[in-house]
Amino acid sequence: MSDIPYRDVDVQGEKPGGRLMEESYLGEKFSIWSWLTTTDHKRIGILYLLSTTLFFFIGGAAATLIRLELFTPAGDLLTDDGYNKVFTLHGVVMVWFFLVPVIPSVLGNFLIPLMLGAKDLAFPRLNLMSWYLNIIGGGFAVWAMLAGGVDTGWTFYTPYSTAFANSHVSLTAIGVFISGFSTIATGVNMIVTVHTMRPPGMGWFRMPLFVWAIYATSLIMLLSTPVLAMVLTLLVTERLLGLGIFDPNRGGDPILFQHLFWFYSHPAVYIMILPGMGVVTEVITCFSRRRVFGYAAMVYALLAIAVIGFFVWGHHMFTSGQSMYASLTFSFLSFIVAVPSAIKVFNWIATMYRGQITFEASMLYAMGFVGLFTMGGLTGLFLASVPVDLHLHDTYFVVAHFHYIMVGGMVSAFFAGLHFWWPKITGRLYPETAAQIAALLMFFGFNLTFFPQYILGNIGMPRRYHAYPDAFQVWHVLSSAGAVILAAAYLMPLGYLVWSLIWGKRAPSNPWRASGLEWETDSPPPKHNFLTNPTIEGSVYDYHPAQEPRREPADD
Amino acid sequence: MGEIEIVLPAASSAAVSTDGKLVGLLIISGLITLLVTCLIGLFAVRYRRGSEASRDRLPNWFAHDLETVWTLATVGLFVAIFAWAASQDFALAVPPEESVEIHVVGKQWMWKAEHPGGQREINELHVPAEETVELVLNSQDVIHSFYVPAFRLKQDVVPGHTTRMRFHTEKIGTYRLFCAEYCGTQHSAMIGRVVVMAKEDYADWLTRQPEGDDLKEDGKKLFVAKGCAGCHYGSSKVRAPRLAGVYGSQVPLSDGRLVTADDAYIRDSILQPKRDVVAGFEPIMPSFAGALTEGELVSLTAYIRSLAVTETNR
Repeated sequence: MSDIPYRDVDVQGEKPGGRLMEESYLGEKFSIWSWLTTTDHKRIGILYLLSTTLFFFIGGAAATLIRLELFTPAGDLLTDDGYNKVFTLHGVVMVWFFLVPVIPSVLGNFLIPLMLGAKDLAFPRLNLMSWYLNIIGGGFAVWAMLAGGVDTGWTFYTPYSTAFANSHVSLTAIGVFISGFSTIATGVNMIVTVHTMRPPGMGWFRMPLFVWAIYATSLIMLLSTPVLAMVLTLLVTERLLGLGIFDPNRGGDPILFQHLFWFYSHPAVYIMILPGMGVVTEVITCFSRRRVFGYAAMVYALLAIAVIGFFVWGHHMFTSGQSMYASLTFSFLSFIVAVPSAIKVFNWIATMYRGQITFEASMLYAMGFVGLFTMGGLTGLFLASVPVDLHLHDTYFVVAHFHYIMVGGMVSAFFAGLHFWWPKITGRLYPETAAQIAALLMFFGFNLTFFPQYILGNIGMPRRYHAYPDAFQVWHVLSSAGAVILAAAYLMPLGYLVWSLIWGKRAPSNPWRASGLEWETDSPPPKHNFLTNPTIEGSVYDYHPAQEPRREPADD
Repeated sequence: MGEIEIVLPAASSAAVSTDGKLVGLLIISGLITLLVTCLIGLFAVRYRRGSEASRDRLPNWFAHDLETVWTLATVGLFVAIFAWAASQDFALAVPPEESVEIHVVGKQWMWKAEHPGGQREINELHVPAEETVELVLNSQDVIHSFYVPAFRLKQDVVPGHTTRMRFHTEKIGTYRLFCAEYCGTQHSAMIGRVVVMAKEDYADWLTRQPEGDDLKEDGKKLFVAKGCAGCHYGSSKVRAPRLAGVYGSQVPLSDGRLVTADDAYIRDSILQPKRDVVAGFEPIMPSFAGALTEGELVSLTAYIRSLAVTETNR
């Protein structure tokens, strides 16, 4: 640690707030108006934190209703239409208004300029606009919900969505369409920032891996989201104007929709997981006190996932009647895209090897992430195998699989990151023991909720069923019981994090003795991030005595 | 609470080989998960802060070689699993010498099946054991998916497309039938059962069903009732292609293409007659889209197919 020149990083010696020469970004102005018109990336990050939290609880309430309904085989709590609307709401809100924006727009927004030693993102006003677009899009989705809901599922499959559904499909599609532009704006902003605002001395291969992860994510956002905009436009056109695109009765083809939708939605899965990988890398390396094992391999793995991820969409369509050769090609590519993920898992584990490991809440979440992501990834291989997918497709096995990636993976990673950077964001320390208990509870509750769903899928329980045969009940009861624990575990951070805002101890600038430029400024950072321009010395992740570099990747 | 179910019966030949893959994948991924959790657990304990374990420098070859080894091992393993799974597709893709062909129509929210002899059933499907059965699937409205867990097979039923699902039945019994593609309000009520019966019992069952015209008789009536015969039959004044012997033959189109007159072509010609006009004829036929139900289309196609019987011996 001795080669970080700016500041003594000894936790004890830090006098909170004593040396502030500039007001922190939080204390500058208090009015609501100043927050709503801010172009400060840190404040926009906070706005995103508030909005994604709100959407998380809307989506979570829907999930609670789903698990309550499925506690018994009969469809008794909700009507069939009610149930269909609730699972659609859950999917739409969680995917587009929580999972996609949560890490890039909350943590990415807050941290990318700090990690690059910059004053802000490249386009601060575009950044604010992207939050408003997200809110307007979410507003449409909530409006559709209040007006009576949508019952198509988040996948909007045609011709059901265009010719048969009598619910607010267009309104929801417009909401998702608008939020797509928010995603694109964020992607552009991040890409330009990373390209143009790196400080002197920080070559591409000296960037923190979180920056790399957000960069790779932004590439996918920029290239795939326009396809979502396109397919939703076509959908609304057919629904409102009666133009025949997907509806066979009007000369269209319903399979076309699936190709376009998954051409966006499969890469979107990587939009939802790559940022999580970035967070977990930062956390594991910090609490293991080891530099990241195989930095270059980690970078290439991120980029490989981003690129190959565009060529696997057909594995969602093995049962659609597509040709066997198409299915086998997509199957092969799906196995290949799993390789870089496997490499990342091994590298995370190898980073822990010979470390000095401590178990703060973020580290618990990150370790949970590695295990759950591994299980989610491996069950992906089941679904990538064509004959096995013919059995498991559209069953609860698929539900379990993507929740292991999205909830076990991404949500764990978000909590890891939120706890890790909470002192930096708020200037307060959270209560460690409570956080550790919540992390363990979340891990346990998660597995109890979703592991039984693998078994359910394997014995043939289809997705999106409001009522089901008695023989499946045992597993549903276990799953619902797990959901209760999970819900409690999610409420805990809401409690102690808010508590820490008022009663938490003031945080020093670098409570974890972590490397990275964001830890060299005060907690919370001053309005313009750094009082003196930081410069880069040594490599990123200087956690343990330097060794002979095994292979020095070329800087550009 | 019903009985606890954890093992599904395997009632088709595909089920047996798919189960093989499933168990194989389960063992492989179980071992990998075990390896990952053991390593995390081991390192977490052994290298906890301040422990006695050695933190000596690692030799330089260590990192580089290790990365190469596990990258190659992962690629090799994944490609091997792919090849193993793909082999099953190739095995199943070989068309059988003979099969029982049953037409199934999915509609919101029921399954309607029609046997070659005209026997009909709803939300039930009776099939003979030890036989290859080929389902010809059409949808009347939205996408459904014909899913029999005991067969380990599902096939989407897509409006505007004719899809096929082939299975070889093995074990006698009654199995669940689900719609696996979300299709609207009563999606979860679109369930039924598949009954696999001994061959004699199946033959017996067929004879006990209420008398109905078989598909081609049905189609023949429709052919007259819907006005097809007015142009496509006998001494009609309107010039339209005669349909005897058409099925299965190569048909020259007005734009120079040559198509095989199969089920899909017949169906398209009824619903979208202006798309593939036969060479030498005017595009005057009106579309019958919306005027025929899926079941009627199936019957008409069966009738037109029967007109070819003498030529192609089908």
